[in-house]
Amino acid sequence: MNIIGFLCNWCSYESADGAGRASLTYPEDFKIVRVMCSGRIDPQHIAQAFALGANGVLVLGCRLGECHYKEGNRHALKRIGLLKQLLPYFGIDSRRLKCAWISANDHERLVELIQEMKKELLELEGSETGYEQEGINKAQEVVS
Amino acid sequence: MKGKIDINPITRLEGHGRIKVMVDDKGQVTRTYLQVPDFKGFEAFCRGRPAEEMPIITEKICGVCPTAHHTASSKALDQLFGVQPPLAARKLRELMYCAFVYEDHLLHFYFFGGPDLILGSSSPAPARNILGISDKLGPGFTSQMMRIRDKVRSITAIIGGSPLYPVSGLPGGLSKPITEQDRATIREVAEDAIEFAAKTIDLFHSRVLSSSDFRQLVTSSAFELRTYYMGMVDEADRVNFYDGIIKIVGPDGRELTRFHPQDYLYHLAERLEPWTYQKVLYLRNIGWKGYIDGPHSGVYRVGPLARLNVSESMPTPLAQEEFDRMHEFFAARPVHNTLAYHWARLVEVMYAAERMKELSSDPVITSEHVRNVPANGPIRTSTVGACEAPRGTLFHHYEIDERAIITTLNLVVATQNSAAAISMSVDKVAKSFFNYTNKETRDPNLLEMAFRAYDPCLACATH
Amino acid sequence: MAKPKLAFYWCSSCGGCEESVIDIGPRLIQIAEVADIVFWPAAIDTKYSDLQLFEDGSIAACFINGSIRMDEHEQMVRLLRKKARLVIAHGACAHIGGVYGLGNFYSTEDLLSYSYEHCPTLEHSSNAAFPSLSENSDTSMGLSRLLPMVSALDQVVPVDYYIPGCPPVPDWVFRAINAVLGTEPFPDNRIFAEKKALCDSCPRRENKPDKIKLTRFKRPHESQLDPETCFLAQGILCLGPVTRGGCGSRCISANMPCRGCFGPLDNVFDQGMKGLSFLATLINDLTPDNIDEIISSIPDLGGILYRYSLPTSILRGHVKARKK
Repeated sequence: MNIIGFLCNWCSYESADGAGRASLTYPEDFKIVRVMCSGRIDPQHIAQAFALGANGVLVLGCRLGECHYKEGNRHALKRIGLLKQLLPYFGIDSRRLKCAWISANDHERLVELIQEMKKELLELEGSETGYEQEGINKAQEVVS
Repeated sequence: MKGKIDINPITRLEGHGRIKVMVDDKGQVTRTYLQVPDFKGFEAFCRGRPAEEMPIITEKICGVCPTAHHTASSKALDQLFGVQPPLAARKLRELMYCAFVYEDHLLHFYFFGGPDLILGSSSPAPARNILGISDKLGPGFTSQMMRIRDKVRSITAIIGGSPLYPVSGLPGGLSKPITEQDRATIREVAEDAIEFAAKTIDLFHSRVLSSSDFRQLVTSSAFELRTYYMGMVDEADRVNFYDGIIKIVGPDGRELTRFHPQDYLYHLAERLEPWTYQKVLYLRNIGWKGYIDGPHSGVYRVGPLARLNVSESMPTPLAQEEFDRMHEFFAARPVHNTLAYHWARLVEVMYAAERMKELSSDPVITSEHVRNVPANGPIRTSTVGACEAPRGTLFHHYEIDERAIITTLNLVVATQNSAAAISMSVDKVAKSFFNYTNKETRDPNLLEMAFRAYDPCLACATH
Repeated sequence: MAKPKLAFYWCSSCGGCEESVIDIGPRLIQIAEVADIVFWPAAIDTKYSDLQLFEDGSIAACFINGSIRMDEHEQMVRLLRKKARLVIAHGACAHIGGVYGLGNFYSTEDLLSYSYEHCPTLEHSSNAAFPSLSENSDTSMGLSRLLPMVSALDQVVPVDYYIPGCPPVPDWVFRAINAVLGTEPFPDNRIFAEKKALCDSCPRRENKPDKIKLTRFKRPHESQLDPETCFLAQGILCLGPVTRGGCGSRCISANMPCRGCFGPLDNVFDQGMKGLSFLATLINDLTPDNIDEIISSIPDLGGILYRYSLPTSILRGHVKARKK
């Protein structure tokens, strides 16, 4: 299984470090992509994750009102809200995309979130996205 | 020589097509197949789309007759939301519609079917096209034709937003009004359009009808089918493109029935063939008896000749004159001669131009009030919007939910109504004129002329 | 010296791109004096068998429009790529997939089924067979089959230049033909259109607000449309900000919002996803609980964001369209 985690540099990534320091483990399925802010995440990135075979995508940012860049997580919240409406058009269950807002010392909550997500994805196992290693399929570069 | 002849692709029409001619070992044609090898699936992917987007989505079925889809769709929306367009909007829609029929019919006469008539059915292929027309009739005349088409298409741009794909159709009317300046421009263009229609009709008489070859073909039994005919008529049984009641007459000219577009399912049925994506329509109450004509077969035709066959007269004087001349020539009604479609089309060109002048002379069309906004959501969940596309009757049947999202739709599109007859025309011409015993050298373009008369729009027919 | 050869071909098409060439008007006659139009099924009687006999690279440019929907289209564009020195994607279907790309939200079985099985006008008789699905080529007569998904042109063959639009604007088509004939330059980004978004040339740009915060998206028919105010300020969804300019704002001038037919801007892969980002900026997020409610006022998110560009989106279509 592949669960892509987009973690913001400030609260989320810190909490992942914190999980490490507290010797808490989370499933290997979870692959972290660090971004400066959850608001930096372009919906194209999330689409790309699913296109390349991710079973689930988890976006983690600072708690609302505590964003390091003030508004970034609000942008993420709205984009993900829209994406959850859009993904079913592609046959992707909207539960495969989640966002959560945590603080830097919420490392227990982080591990919980990942485990919950894996559990839910296992239940969705029958409804695979079926996306493989394709992404944008463009013919090779122009001849002239 | 047993085998098949493959005309691939057929050319000078809208859409993809292919004709296969099956030949037995004596060189006789046994059967022909007109295949339409394209399909898009509008009846699937329009589901889930908002109803108010349908005029601009369904018009992408065809870039030659988009205004037909846009209009049938807009009318369906009026009905779904229970709002009648104000008078100005209704007239503007019909004005735009006549402009569209005018230039679409001219496109066919000069670009598609015309080269066969003006240059000759077996004139050399490289010149048998608009460029050959320009050589024969002169670039001056050809430029004049192109300019009048451009000017008339700009009427669609004024009322609809673009010369090609109108976007202004909404439930209850149009998205924007026109100015007095626009109205004056349109009226001037309409005058020019009438003048050019007359020139085209003169050309038809002097170059096409005057040819004994053409006269022989047009009256030949090879190019004749005695079918039923269907078309929309107004309250006086005259041709109307925008609105009316659907009338069907039999091969003997007697009225079979007339019905409101909402009742189309009681009168029309479709069947499938495994070798083409085009569904074939027939009259439900007569039944499908195969690819045969006559009063016992449900095969029927639509489009210019059919419209003239179901009508008592034309609503405008110059069109009526030509209507009379045509019927004098054939000396019988209905006219069953397929090549007469070309003539009927020109009668309609004149009517469209005259109607454009009538409508653009009416100051009410500059009213600011061009839309009645629906007070609430949709008042019904099922409706049929219909009009006469240049190539035949067009039906848009929509079913929606309470949010006005399309749940199902059924499209019965123009050329499809004539699908059986078109196949039969090609078949009959092949069997009448082609014998491959001694290496037939006749130009197969004659076979293509059998379908070109109908001005088929195969993207529409398959959608 | 021989005149350069031009060709025009349509895949799954509506004929509108052909009209955009004819709409060049009398200038078409001038073009025919300096170039040979050797293949154009809509207007010229050249057959596929004639085309096969052309030498590779002997056609200066082939303008290909339409979406790649059937196997025949795929075969034809590969053939034309060989016969032509330049291949120009003509119109939205060839450029970004087009409206027929909405078919990618369905499997081909579903697409065929809604037309050939679940259709109220259809008779139900024993020998009703879906066209082409018969494996027996005697009954299907070699009828072209649907590819599993609709593609844009450059997803099948390398493309040299693009003319966006549904329909394309005749002046841009004319400029592209002139570029092939050497009388005008080719655009450096390979696209015959503006580089900036539609908003930049929109007649309503003066009153486009800097900040727009909507609590509801209005559908175009729900109220009288103000012919002067920016649609977004009226609460009506308009894709101008994420759509390339060059159309002359024809829909806006008809008092209707933009639906994105000119495709995305440079360096954007997925017009729909960019549109989604842009929609997010319009949402009033003062109370996070209301966000879902605001989003639900958009009647058809996927169909509006991907009206023209679904095949060239990153996900390309529904998972069931991808299964063969």
